[in-house]
Amino acid sequence: MQENNISTGNFEQCQKCSLCETVCPVMANNPDYGGPKRSGPDGQRYRLKNGIFYDDSLKYCLNCKRCEVACPSGVRIADLIQQARIEFSQKSPKLRDVMLASTDQMGPLASAVAPIVNFSLGLAPVKGLLDFTIGLDHRRTLPKYSSETFVHWFNKNAASRQDSYKKHISYFHGCYANYNYPQLAKDFVAVMNAFGYGVHLIEGERCCGVAKIANGMIPAATRDAKANMSAFSKSLVKGRDIITVSTTCTMTLLEEYPELLKVDNSGIKEHISLVEPFLYKAIESGELKPVWKEGWKARAAYHCPCHQERLGLGIFTTELLKMIPGLELTELESNCCGIAGTYGFKKENFKVSQMIGKKLFDDIASAAPEFVACECETCKWQIEMSTGVPVKNPVSILAEALDLEKTSELNCR
Amino acid sequence: MPSKNEFDVIIIGGGITGAGTARDCAMRGLKVLLIERHDIATGATGRNHGLLHSGARYAVKDSESAEECIRENKILRSIASNCVEDTGGLFITLLEDEEAGFGLDYQQKFIDACLRAGIEARAISPSEAREMEPSVNPSLIGAVVVPDGSVDPFRLCAANVTDAAMHGAKVLVYTEFIDFIREGDTILGVKVLDTRTGLKAEYRAPVTVNAAGIWGHGVAQKAGVHIGMYPAKGALLVFGHRVNNVVINRCRKSADGDILVPGDSVTVIGTTSTKIPFEECDHMEVTPEEVRLLLREGCALCPALASTRILRAYAGVRPLVADDSDPTGRSISRGIVCLDHETRDGVKGFVSITGGKLMTYRLMAELATDLVCRKLGVNQACSTAETPLPGSVDGRIETVSKRFEGKVTAGQKGAAGRQGDLAGKLRFDSEADKQLVCECENVTLAEIKYAVAELGVRTLGDLRRRTRVGMGTCQGTLCIRKAAKALAEALGDPSLESKLAADYLDERWKGMRAVGWGDTLREMEFMQRVYKFEKPYSYDEI
Repeated sequence: MQENNISTGNFEQCQKCSLCETVCPVMANNPDYGGPKRSGPDGQRYRLKNGIFYDDSLKYCLNCKRCEVACPSGVRIADLIQQARIEFSQKSPKLRDVMLASTDQMGPLASAVAPIVNFSLGLAPVKGLLDFTIGLDHRRTLPKYSSETFVHWFNKNAASRQDSYKKHISYFHGCYANYNYPQLAKDFVAVMNAFGYGVHLIEGERCCGVAKIANGMIPAATRDAKANMSAFSKSLVKGRDIITVSTTCTMTLLEEYPELLKVDNSGIKEHISLVEPFLYKAIESGELKPVWKEGWKARAAYHCPCHQERLGLGIFTTELLKMIPGLELTELESNCCGIAGTYGFKKENFKVSQMIGKKLFDDIASAAPEFVACECETCKWQIEMSTGVPVKNPVSILAEALDLEKTSELNCR
Repeated sequence: MPSKNEFDVIIIGGGITGAGTARDCAMRGLKVLLIERHDIATGATGRNHGLLHSGARYAVKDSESAEECIRENKILRSIASNCVEDTGGLFITLLEDEEAGFGLDYQQKFIDACLRAGIEARAISPSEAREMEPSVNPSLIGAVVVPDGSVDPFRLCAANVTDAAMHGAKVLVYTEFIDFIREGDTILGVKVLDTRTGLKAEYRAPVTVNAAGIWGHGVAQKAGVHIGMYPAKGALLVFGHRVNNVVINRCRKSADGDILVPGDSVTVIGTTSTKIPFEECDHMEVTPEEVRLLLREGCALCPALASTRILRAYAGVRPLVADDSDPTGRSISRGIVCLDHETRDGVKGFVSITGGKLMTYRLMAELATDLVCRKLGVNQACSTAETPLPGSVDGRIETVSKRFEGKVTAGQKGAAGRQGDLAGKLRFDSEADKQLVCECENVTLAEIKYAVAELGVRTLGDLRRRTRVGMGTCQGTLCIRKAAKALAEALGDPSLESKLAADYLDERWKGMRAVGWGDTLREMEFMQRVYKFEKPYSYDEI
């Protein structure tokens, strides 16, 4: 008699089973947070009645989306919470939040004077000042900026040879690989080139906008989203799929654009892929043939980032890494590291952030790997700071473990 | 010296009419007894749309009712601010209405009739209507804005009872009227049965008021008086959340399923109208045909209903009264029926107040109280139209929620919305008091304690009518054990817990069964799973 139930973020599908509450990392550590069910679907019903029922505690949600993974009814709980924050939060973002969120504006500024910035941000008095003035927690190790951006390096050293390959992809590098850690992007180019792909930058690439969404800067995030979608369309015209390396950027492009920013990505999202599933499928089908370095050995523990869990793509990474003969891989129990992008940088969240991550830190300590394998840059900061164990992106591990020359010979013919 | 069982007036029926009459009588200084066989607001009072009529619906056919409605509408807005919500209302015209002779010509006739009755009615364009209420059927061809609203009948009834009690009235719930105490042609009082203890009692008063709704037919019979009443069943559906924020009606001759009301956290569509035998009044079930009809008509008002979860179905009985002026008894009296059985039937000390509607309860109460006062020789003017009800003195949710100390929680906001300024009586002494018992409806332990202590709660159904506990999406599955425990403890008998919960869930189940598909069916499965295991099979049975 009735059609399927349709409601914003499927909030009406909630059966109130409360499974989401059992997986919420914040609820277990912050009594001020009502939890995903109450903040999401329960709150939604009352917010529809009267905006006065919007609760400021929704800001404690770190948008890890573990609730959505757990929900047996397909409720987009975290989206409902973010949507409510967008709609009802009266507070305009603080200076600190704007600075944290504007990764694409801060990046060029900081890169230009990277040695000074890195040096100063490492100094206790500077950290104390930042903590005191803008609420950036002083205990936090801040990410370093690179003095040469990836894009600058690429245009100078790699761009010219890319047309010589037979197959081509477009590379969405994101802010982190560009400003903070170009080595990851360089590793990506090396690996893709070895497998016979020409790598091309996306003209007009902008920040994915996730940090802006998290900090309530919706108009700016929407501008980024629209600009990216039009840039991606141009890339697709050339027949190049878009390959990404950052988990959270990917989730934002695929899921948050239509759900939260109402920016349509249909026709484009089908052509966006994280690098791990892309390579795994191609190697598995025999299309790509890796040649591994003789005698390369390492012991790693894999941490699956929350958003990788949400995308359901962690399995591709572990399966890909398991193809490396010399790699001994431990899969860590899936737990949030607690940083959640810019969340853990904020003074008010530092303690909870570290409490959330404790289980993961302990697991890493007992696994005692040489390094942690993880796709996410902010997990990397958190784990390195909290455990002292280095974190490597799977792409960088591949770049190390592959015999790039022989792989290239086999795949570029 | 008068005994404790002697009163000036006894009122039978704890619906809105009886509650309003008790309040009015008590405010005029009478010594009042109100008896109700179940809980307050369990009959037609708690089983309707909760529409704060502007009167527009009656304007064309029945200007008298329309004028009554708009007067009472304005009064309720001022005396019951905590119970009403100013949503505004739309009367929409669809293409099919035009084809049926209720097109834009009729719309003009409708507006003229509204204005004559004193109802502000103004035509707006279809696009303005879509902007005002985005969920409205987008293919509408015309719309009229009227001052409709929504009213919470449970809250309104409870506020009247509370105020009556504050003015000295004695209120006995779960007390069933059995018979009259009679001497010749004079009613001297009532014999009652406490349905919980089985104890009988007698109460005396020079005047007894029959305010028992459709059950008033039987009450009158006991006095040897005939009131020609017809039970007309009206079925309604409750949707899972607020689909619309403005009342939507059809601008045509009144028909089934043509009013969609946003009330508290849900939306209600209704109603149907079917004459039923008296025997059915106590156990009505909503039929599949009624559900189909309501959905079909509802979707014409608001297409989103086709894809919105239905929480439950319920039905009430309108007490239709035959017009005394028609000797055949066939024509129905539209308005309020206030009968002095002394002049009408020669039975002294007995008054019936019936007909009417939720909207006009206060006026009904005033008429009945005027009659009672005349009989008692009391000369006191009615002041119910000017005196705010408890909770509504300054009961806006925005004002009340500011009064709590510290950061205001969802449960406190919820209580402010429900209890109005009386929410200040809630005691949040411990962390446990702040904890939500019902998460769907934001009901804290503190609110439950308050309701049990101050609002005469005996069952979880009573608690639901005072606090909305268990009225949300899960229909009590997740909260009812917690609520049952709290109530059983407050009632001083922890062993009641399971019985209280089981009774509540049985009642919820009945309402869900009529709409048991989709997500409601999943919820029912879940409910069954959770509670089936409560009493595991013994090994012998397996």
